[in-house]
Amino acid sequence: MNGLLEKLQDKILHSQLWRSIFRHGVPDTDYNRAMVMFSNVFLHLHPVKLKRGALKIRYTFCLGGLTFFFFIALTITGVFLMFYYVPDTRQAYQNIRDLQTVIYFGNFMRNVHRWSAHAMVFFVWLHMTRVFLTGSYKPPREFNWVVGVILLVATLLLSWTGYLLPWDQLSLWAITVGTKMAEATPLLGYAGPFGPELGRRIDNDVRFMLIGGTVVGQNALLRFYVWHCIALPLVASLFLAVHFWRIRKDGFSGPL
Amino acid sequence: MATEHEERGSHFLEKELNSSRFMEKVKETTLRVQKEPEDLAFVWPHLVYIEFICLLLTAVILVVLSMGLSPSLNAPLEEMASPDTTPNPMKAPWYFLGLQELLVFFDPWIAGVVLPVLIIMGLMAIPYIDPNPKGKGYYTFSERRIAVLTFLFGLALWYILIVVGVWLRGLDWQWYWPWEDWTVHKPPGGAQLVDLEVLIQKYVGLAPILSNLATYAIMAGYYVVGISVPFLLFRKFYKSLGFIRYSITMFFFLTMMGVPLKIFLRLVFDIKYVLVTPWFKI
Repeated sequence: MNGLLEKLQDKILHSQLWRSIFRHGVPDTDYNRAMVMFSNVFLHLHPVKLKRGALKIRYTFCLGGLTFFFFIALTITGVFLMFYYVPDTRQAYQNIRDLQTVIYFGNFMRNVHRWSAHAMVFFVWLHMTRVFLTGSYKPPREFNWVVGVILLVATLLLSWTGYLLPWDQLSLWAITVGTKMAEATPLLGYAGPFGPELGRRIDNDVRFMLIGGTVVGQNALLRFYVWHCIALPLVASLFLAVHFWRIRKDGFSGPL
Repeated sequence: MATEHEERGSHFLEKELNSSRFMEKVKETTLRVQKEPEDLAFVWPHLVYIEFICLLLTAVILVVLSMGLSPSLNAPLEEMASPDTTPNPMKAPWYFLGLQELLVFFDPWIAGVVLPVLIIMGLMAIPYIDPNPKGKGYYTFSERRIAVLTFLFGLALWYILIVVGVWLRGLDWQWYWPWEDWTVHKPPGGAQLVDLEVLIQKYVGLAPILSNLATYAIMAGYYVVGISVPFLLFRKFYKSLGFIRYSITMFFFLTMMGVPLKIFLRLVFDIKYVLVTPWFKI
């Protein structure tokens, strides 16, 4: 029986179909372990080998990796939610109610999306703290820290723009409070220091630009939807690529 | 087997097989060259397995939380948006509650714009103002005391403001202890707030315009004294940074310290504004 299974496995692993997809053998030889990293686009993020000290979980606690995991989870559940959501002030709230009640796995997807969002914000702070405490921003890794701060800001903005989309009381007023602070921007806001002197009015200042109007309404909802689903994820992906690239190039700052 | 592989994706694999980096990696296990043998492990299986377990555990926790085992774990959805009724208290998401709490002590242009921008800029500046080469790649406190303490202080400030905003602020943004009744309004008022220049008028006896100028002097003096003291007393610290780095570091440090300082002045001396200008107030 064993011999038969082995023969079957052998046949599959040597078939044209299998070998066209996996261009390496089973990674149980050093050669194949190296090949796996070279020929798989997802794994080629990793080096072939790394210092044994870098394997210690108590060094990184997987925090950066988990932040990225939450980002992926948010993207996948986000796409699912996008099938059922229309950024229209007359529909948005009901769409969320539908997701919670009648749509199969709607509530589950929404919950995963919301827990991942909070977790991502929390873990990104933890990751930043860890990187600081292990001095992993010191030369030659300074700019990667800056890229990380940009990603922190992107994470917070993603979370904040997403907050408006359910169009419930929490959404509307949280965003109103936030954008009211924008109108107090020095020089650019109509209620900020030197703003009125520079000609800022309620209909041409930075807050107007942000929400596409003088109050948080349909325009704001559409803008925040585009920021949340397209613009900010693209920005985050761009900087994530730079972030990972630099980690590989500078080497992991594990224990020496 | 090897030749079939090579035939199959020959141009793809040839580059890999012939690249010197790849050959080095394979050789490293079989040949010991002149280098000292480093303690290296293959990423597959060791790192990949650790990552996978981490991923599985987190996915399980995420799924269990999202399954809908209890209504309290569900994503919240309040009533539909209505421009006519403002919820009370109106709270930002928890990660912004630190800033919203600052609104109690600072005007919106500082609490909502200037301080967040300075926080971000200060964070970005950290690698460039830290001259200490120690502590790279491992946890230490004794070798980088100033850096760790300053960072943790800033972090603590941020988290304390969030905790206050989440659990200690209720109706009308008044202070509510967890054991109090959060559905009952508290009487407004409390202490009457005064500006610093009014206090100067009262206790130092200067005319209004002079006491206003005095507040400008105090603000400037805070930074001037703050920047000079380490320069004069801790010359080694100044030398390790150089003029530009020192100025940047001290500016961010003094501004960060200014936040709890102003909160203190407000809570203890009922001071509302430390500086009043025709265009803005601090």
